[in-house]
Amino acid sequence: MSRSIHVAALLVAGAAGLGAAQQPQALLLWGGDAEGGAPFVEADPADPSQVRGFDVLVAETIARGIGRRARFVQVQWSSIDQSVERGDFAIGLSGVEDTPARRVRHAVTIPYFEFREVLAVRPEDRGRWSALADLRGRRVATLGATMAYDILVAASASHGVIPVSYDDDVHPFSDLMAGRVDAVLLDHIIAERSLHRLRGTSFIVEPRAVAVGHYVGVLARADSVLRDSVDVVLRAAMVDGTLERIFRRWNVWDESQGALFRRVAGRDMAVDGDVAAQHAAPLRPAAVWAYLPSLGRAAVITAVLSALSMTLAIVVGVLVASGRVYGAAPLRALMTGYVEVMRGTPLLLQLFVLYYGLAGVVRLPAFLAAVLGLGLNYAAYEAEIYRGALEAVSRTQLEAARTLGFSERQILRLVRGPQALRYALAPMTNDFVALLKDSSLVSVLTVVELTKQTAIYATNVGSWIVPGLLCAVVYLAMSLPLSRLGRRLERRWRVA
Amino acid sequence: MTALLQVHELCLRYRGGPDVLLALSVEVRRGEVVALMGRSGAGKTTALRAVAALQQFDGGRIVVDGFALEPGPVPPESRLKPLRRRVGLVFQNHALFAHLTALENVALALTHVLERRREEAEGSARQLLDALEVGARAAALPSQLSGGEAQRVAIARALAPDPPLLLMDEPTAALDPARRGALGRTLRRLAAVDGPGVGRGLLIATHDVAFARACADRVAILAQGMVVEAGSPGDVLDRPSHSATRALLAEQAS
Repeated sequence: MSRSIHVAALLVAGAAGLGAAQQPQALLLWGGDAEGGAPFVEADPADPSQVRGFDVLVAETIARGIGRRARFVQVQWSSIDQSVERGDFAIGLSGVEDTPARRVRHAVTIPYFEFREVLAVRPEDRGRWSALADLRGRRVATLGATMAYDILVAASASHGVIPVSYDDDVHPFSDLMAGRVDAVLLDHIIAERSLHRLRGTSFIVEPRAVAVGHYVGVLARADSVLRDSVDVVLRAAMVDGTLERIFRRWNVWDESQGALFRRVAGRDMAVDGDVAAQHAAPLRPAAVWAYLPSLGRAAVITAVLSALSMTLAIVVGVLVASGRVYGAAPLRALMTGYVEVMRGTPLLLQLFVLYYGLAGVVRLPAFLAAVLGLGLNYAAYEAEIYRGALEAVSRTQLEAARTLGFSERQILRLVRGPQALRYALAPMTNDFVALLKDSSLVSVLTVVELTKQTAIYATNVGSWIVPGLLCAVVYLAMSLPLSRLGRRLERRWRVA
Repeated sequence: MTALLQVHELCLRYRGGPDVLLALSVEVRRGEVVALMGRSGAGKTTALRAVAALQQFDGGRIVVDGFALEPGPVPPESRLKPLRRRVGLVFQNHALFAHLTALENVALALTHVLERRREEAEGSARQLLDALEVGARAAALPSQLSGGEAQRVAIARALAPDPPLLLMDEPTAALDPARRGALGRTLRRLAAVDGPGVGRGLLIATHDVAFARACADRVAILAQGMVVEAGSPGDVLDRPSHSATRALLAEQAS
């Protein structure tokens, strides 16, 4: 499947290079994320196998202009750059932002839409914060790996704003209303869509733009010939009103688009080519070093989060295991139920339920929800380890203790527990290492831990190689000493 | 004088299985070493476990120094405290607490059951280990002890709360002949702490004829779920009257 797409994309790219664009059957594969929704790209409610949105119409305009038929390829929004470079499709169009890094790493079209980064706030905070500088110490949400996120990261250094990164653009607004964050910085299209969706009463969008950005099409770096053809088509569509009709149809037209078209269509160069020139070498050593402090902070978060979660898992696990070994039948059934449910359902689902599902009942801070979610999930595994370990302590050890006159409680504390701990040690170490890595799942709760920070880093530099290696090194630096400690304790405590 | 241990017509069957004990009767007086003998599978260990309240029984009666066990499920530990002070048990495999040193094994009950202060408990434990000639191994873990050493530590542990009745399960199973002799002398010494009649009573489950001959005051032969023959080692082992006794002797002679 993916191979055939790959081959098709190569054929398409090859055809463009040979100037054979007139073949009626040739396809233009374009990538977008239907999860991003309207007005960009969404599944058509009338026929979910089809997509619609202004980016769909832009793609069709481009395809028509170079004599091909547009075919949509679903891709996760954050992976568009990597996918286009792999050749999964020829061009990515899905609210793709014009950034200096993207211009260096890939072939980028002229901008076809101008968006404003705007602040959304709760109604009672209307007019309170006119600029990011006023949001010192406040939590400001946005979508990860976006221009808005980079703006917030810069503002965290200069103004003490606390950036909170999400994987989707719905939960920032629901968390704004829930009081988990104080503001949301996102593209005005997304803010207005959310406002519309939530019937316009729950938050307000500040009119003043924090920054201005542009949507572009992104192509593989080697595809500059096709990119140039696309630019010609886009300029023509700006001049003849095709783009204006598309944007009006999707209700996203405003005067700034007209100004953009006049600037872009009249020039050969892209509007901010000068900006790109400044950032011509984003992978210079300084850029790598610049990310190290944030990776370090994320590593600390991963370590603290894992340690706290494991502590909780051990405490709850001991209680559950004791209940299963010593409890009366109803308690045993209850504890067995806990183990089966927590073990038998995905951790990701549990985290979502804990953080978003229960938000109406109890509004947990993200970090606390992460510790609870990981800890309670791993408690089920710990409980099984401890139960097995308790039952592995030989019966004659317990009988010997009974003949000496110890109470059941003393036997557990003095004989059975300490011996079970030694049996449990190796699997516990194993679980701790697994938890360390599973802690990356809590990024769905806006906790930026090591893996999430690495993904942000990788998106910004446009490569996974250096960030991925750094991330792996940090994880190993945490897990290897753990394994060593586990082996040493095991040796020291070896049961005869 | 009333015997320290009275087992009267003890009947015990495993659920769904054949009767192990039909009507076992045996007595142990203070200062007396009694060998409960029989071939393996005769129910010697089961009888000891019933006396130590590790095993429920179905009929008969067990009285240890005035504390009676009745047929039926084993009572909760809270009701067995008087029995635990009266009976010590040395397991065949010693069952030393694997995570504790020899000294800690012996001192544990002193600190946590008798609630002695730690230094006092360790002092007593050290004396016991010295008396059993394993004082030098006080800091060793059970896994580091030889079979004979582990047995001495196990005896010291069972004796630490100073019970008047000591039960031992196959104590010679893992010992070479020289050590068997030494063990026999040790056990005699334990029985006669304060002279005959006021010392400890020992009930030793064994199938070792030579050992029983050397150290027991009385021998009881267990077969078909009851004591078929009892008396002094000289009477029973030299002039056996029951076929089971003769079979046991023949087994060991070969």
